Amino acid sequence: MIPHRINKSAVQVSAEVISNKKFGPYHHMVFAVGEMAANSRPGNFVAIAIGDSQSAHILRRAFAVYRAIDKGPMGGSIELVIAPHGQGSIWLCSRTVGEFVDLIGPLGTAFGVPSSNANAMLIGGGYGSAPLFALAELLKNRGCRVDMVLGASTAAKIFAPLEGKRSVSSLTLTTDDGSAGIHGQISEAIPRLIREYKTEVIYSCGPMGMLSAIAKIANDFDIAHQCSVEESMACGIGVCMTCVVPIKQESGIRMVRTCIDGPVMDATEIIWDKETVTDLLHL
Amino acid sequence: MGQRNSNGFTSLMTALDYSTKMGSKRFPNPIFTASGCASSGQELSQFFPLTELGAIVTKSIMTRPRLGRNTPRMAETPSGMLNSIGLQGPGIDAFLEKDIPWLIDQKVKVIVSIAGETVEEYGVLARRLRAVPGISAVEVNISCPNVENRGQVFACHPETSVAVIEAVRRNIGGELPIVAKLSPDVTDIVEIAKSVINAGVDGVALINTLLGMVIDVNSMKPKLAGKTGGLSGPAIRPVAVRAIYQVHRAFPNIPIVGMGGVSTGRDALELILAGASAVSIGTASFGNPQAAVLVKTQLSDLLIERGFKDLRDAIGFAHRGE
Repeated sequence: MIPHRINKSAVQVSAEVISNKKFGPYHHMVFAVGEMAANSRPGNFVAIAIGDSQSAHILRRAFAVYRAIDKGPMGGSIELVIAPHGQGSIWLCSRTVGEFVDLIGPLGTAFGVPSSNANAMLIGGGYGSAPLFALAELLKNRGCRVDMVLGASTAAKIFAPLEGKRSVSSLTLTTDDGSAGIHGQISEAIPRLIREYKTEVIYSCGPMGMLSAIAKIANDFDIAHQCSVEESMACGIGVCMTCVVPIKQESGIRMVRTCIDGPVMDATEIIWDKETVTDLLHL
Repeated sequence: MGQRNSNGFTSLMTALDYSTKMGSKRFPNPIFTASGCASSGQELSQFFPLTELGAIVTKSIMTRPRLGRNTPRMAETPSGMLNSIGLQGPGIDAFLEKDIPWLIDQKVKVIVSIAGETVEEYGVLARRLRAVPGISAVEVNISCPNVENRGQVFACHPETSVAVIEAVRRNIGGELPIVAKLSPDVTDIVEIAKSVINAGVDGVALINTLLGMVIDVNSMKPKLAGKTGGLSGPAIRPVAVRAIYQVHRAFPNIPIVGMGGVSTGRDALELILAGASAVSIGTASFGNPQAAVLVKTQLSDLLIERGFKDLRDAIGFAHRGE
């Protein structure tokens, strides 16, 4: 799980915004990043500086890579799907084509692919689906069956672009309000779908509550489960120690950085229950 | 961002003596990392050669491995951030076995920061360090605010500060410079500085983070799991300038490692004019991994622009004529 050299593919570039389109409640943005794109794997993220030199926002914002294109018309490019809900993401979404942002990437771990054909289920919550489409393509090219399940509070918040669906054998939608697909929380639909599709491995990305619920289901079915976690990050490059998640150790517990040992992690290693963590920290 | 090439750079550098001293040790330039903001150097080494900097100050190390606090550990604030890490770290054994040999291999100057829960632990850590070749100084962190019991912040009282420094002094032996890292969260920082200087430190590091809190108005509870956290970033820079100015005024011959919200050469110059002999870059490295190198270049340009041929002439310049 721990890479040979920390941040070994990461570079810091001034990246030109080459596209910025509204996609429902999200923005789909494309950045010209040059050679960095060739090193980006599904699951990796980038960290972008927010605001100008006079900004009161001093920390970067981390975004999972939606797609990385090695050799496009503008050279290497990286695509992100951003929900403008905080001051940083609102600033980023208001950048226009031709502007430049300070971008570091690719960072973190990537999704691991099975060595032999397997039935894979990809589960995304809200814009957490973004990194799953590139993974779907990768898995399909390896001969895997790919069943995708996307959930959100309401239909408009499901991110499922047309071109992303090409690599998917089946697509199931769930919404909390019943406005599209199955009515209810995404995790409620998963056990039935696992049986139906004979799922052998689960990949997930979304809010921690969702990941935790899926981790429990994967455990009950005894299926491998890789999840991309989200914990608030100050630096994205491993120096600040803020973005840690607790993982199981023989001796109890270890806090690992989600920017270095994640964001993609083996869900069975994570201690999901906050109270258990608090107890273990105070032993 | 980019590489600084050009012959202009080299000729500018030769026009300025950029080296600085802490006790018996000399550093090639006055820009260091701040403890806890560069881990043990490996993460930043992807972005620049560590030898660009005057020294790497490692994250405060304790006697045993430590898990730190629960999450959330971070809250961004206007021009700053709160952190509540709680001194997570591998412990002195793993640190000496893995991190120190790697750093020494990089040929960069290393200042090891230590933290203990008791006076005895500081003594134990100092004894472990005395036999380690290649270290340039020890920073004694007596001011981390992220400990369970605020009573453990030794730097809040002269007596406890002195007890720690004496324990380190007794155990460290030789001539390894000792730098005490102090807290601005005290009534009179000059009094605390005086006590550690009398106890024999070679320098002081000013300032550690200030204790703060953010309440999430949606959950209506403190945002950090540890409730309180250390405030850092540009928001605290004036506090750092003030503390450095006061301590330098009282003890003009004691080297000060200044830190607190420095993200540009202009900011570093401000701390040097107040009395700092070196400047550590902390939170700025979170926003820009190359921040320390940027500050180093900008500061030397600013010193030259102002006609300084030696960094030493700029240290405490703001006190001239008073």
